[in-house]
Amino acid sequence: MSDANLDIENLRELYRELILDHARNPRNFERMADATHSAEGINPLCGDKLKLYFRINAANIIDDAKFEGSGCAISTASASMLTEFVHGMDMNTALQYFELLQQRLTAPDSPVEHAPLDLGKLRAFEGVREYPSRIKCATLAWHALRSAVQCDDHPASTE
Amino acid sequence: MSMTDYRKDFPALHQEIQGHPLVYLDSAASAQAPSVVIDAVAEYQRCDHANVHRGVHTLSHRATEAFEGAREKVRSFINAAKSSEIIFTRGTTEAINLVAQSYLRPILKSGDQILITHLEHHSNIVPWQLVCELTGAELVVAPINDQGELKLDALYELMNDKVRLLAIGHVSNALGSINPIQDIIAEARKFNMAILVDGAQAVPHMSVDVQALDCDFYAFSGHKMFGPTGTGVLYGKHARLEAMPPWQGGGDMILEVSFTRTVYNDLPYKFEAGTPNISGAVGLGAAVDYITAIGAENIARYENQLLSYLSEQLATIDGLQLIGTAANKASVQSFVIDGIHPHDLGTILDHQGVAIRTGHHCAMPVMDFFAVPGTARASLALYNNRDDVDKLIAAIRIATELFAE
Repeated sequence: MSDANLDIENLRELYRELILDHARNPRNFERMADATHSAEGINPLCGDKLKLYFRINAANIIDDAKFEGSGCAISTASASMLTEFVHGMDMNTALQYFELLQQRLTAPDSPVEHAPLDLGKLRAFEGVREYPSRIKCATLAWHALRSAVQCDDHPASTE
Repeated sequence: MSMTDYRKDFPALHQEIQGHPLVYLDSAASAQAPSVVIDAVAEYQRCDHANVHRGVHTLSHRATEAFEGAREKVRSFINAAKSSEIIFTRGTTEAINLVAQSYLRPILKSGDQILITHLEHHSNIVPWQLVCELTGAELVVAPINDQGELKLDALYELMNDKVRLLAIGHVSNALGSINPIQDIIAEARKFNMAILVDGAQAVPHMSVDVQALDCDFYAFSGHKMFGPTGTGVLYGKHARLEAMPPWQGGGDMILEVSFTRTVYNDLPYKFEAGTPNISGAVGLGAAVDYITAIGAENIARYENQLLSYLSEQLATIDGLQLIGTAANKASVQSFVIDGIHPHDLGTILDHQGVAIRTGHHCAMPVMDFFAVPGTARASLALYNNRDDVDKLIAAIRIATELFAE
């Protein structure tokens, strides 16, 4: 294998097809007029700016999730996959997934706190571990989710 | 001697990143240091260090000589009339803030204007906003065109007697545009405004003569011209500096202190409160010697050719758009690629050993003008060569292949 091909193979560990697909064709990529919760996520390092919208019902179930804004492939794909992932999910469970994702990206060897949870498709982001400066991109939308459900008016920042 | 021979002087360039030889194209953010600078700092720390302007002992004398010797080198480097016009600062940012707080703030009134341009780095925007907030003065911004060049007619129309200060970059950090600073200053002299030039991106790439320019202030950083971080210079005309109150109080900036009265020290010490960055100044002096020995004209000529090659090669990539195509440029080429966010491009290039800057380059208004969230920016220094450019292009082609649908 040539060096160039080897580079591409290694980079595909980060830019997996699932991530590239969501980055090119983000799902639920629109404003939500009847959102009950919303928050902005800003990554000052690279200028990523996302706004996430949620409609959460009286039983704390996330009925719908959408987002808009601009960002790199990792942060856009992460937001897009988040909107699909938390659809129909209990709000607190969604927050537990955020903690789990954060832990899998930053301290993969530590004991798993939310053992029954399974990251499923979100495992696509595990390649980010090797790129510490990009972990913020993968978690930006999740930071915004947390701000939104905690009704925090201040934009979520990865800093 | 060909310019590429200087590469060997820079130890940091001789390493592998992710299994690839390092290609360093981020000198506009911070340049690497040659061994002579690294050694000068180490030698000073090892043999000559003590506090300056204080002790009668031998080391203090040596430290003072080294520190003041560096000041004299800087004076000569930018052809200031007197070494007392050279104030050592932490960098360009601190130098500009010094002028904002010490020169401008005391004289600024509501209704006064500060004139800047759309090309400025945040450090030549925010210090002026701070004094505007305090005084009710107005910040006025001269526009640029689609090539990233200053619209000179519009700039000149904004000059009038309400403007107390023109603060303008010599070379744009985001786009590389060189402003015709000599002409602009001549025009500004028709009015009663002071003139500050942010020279952070100019001094590593061209010769600067502050007397010929006739600016009141000229600010630059050591680390962008192969010196240590935490070093910088504010040049100010003697009469201007003399009339300004001190900025920070402390040791070294006084002649006599009692609880009722303090007599401030002479220039330049009036503006250098506290123990200065002595080893940094020594390193900056060594960087000045290094650049001077090569010759600023030689550097400019070499880099111009390399920049043309860089821009031409980038333009061969499908979907790549050059941002900043001014006729007169130095060192920098910004660009964006369809479908690849600059941040992703930065990661993919780093994976191949190529270091570029991605993002807004501390010039968000420039990004807004071109309606992009950020750009990728390759920037050159005297140690780069065509091979670096070729490796950058090959690495970008990998990125476009990876992101191709």
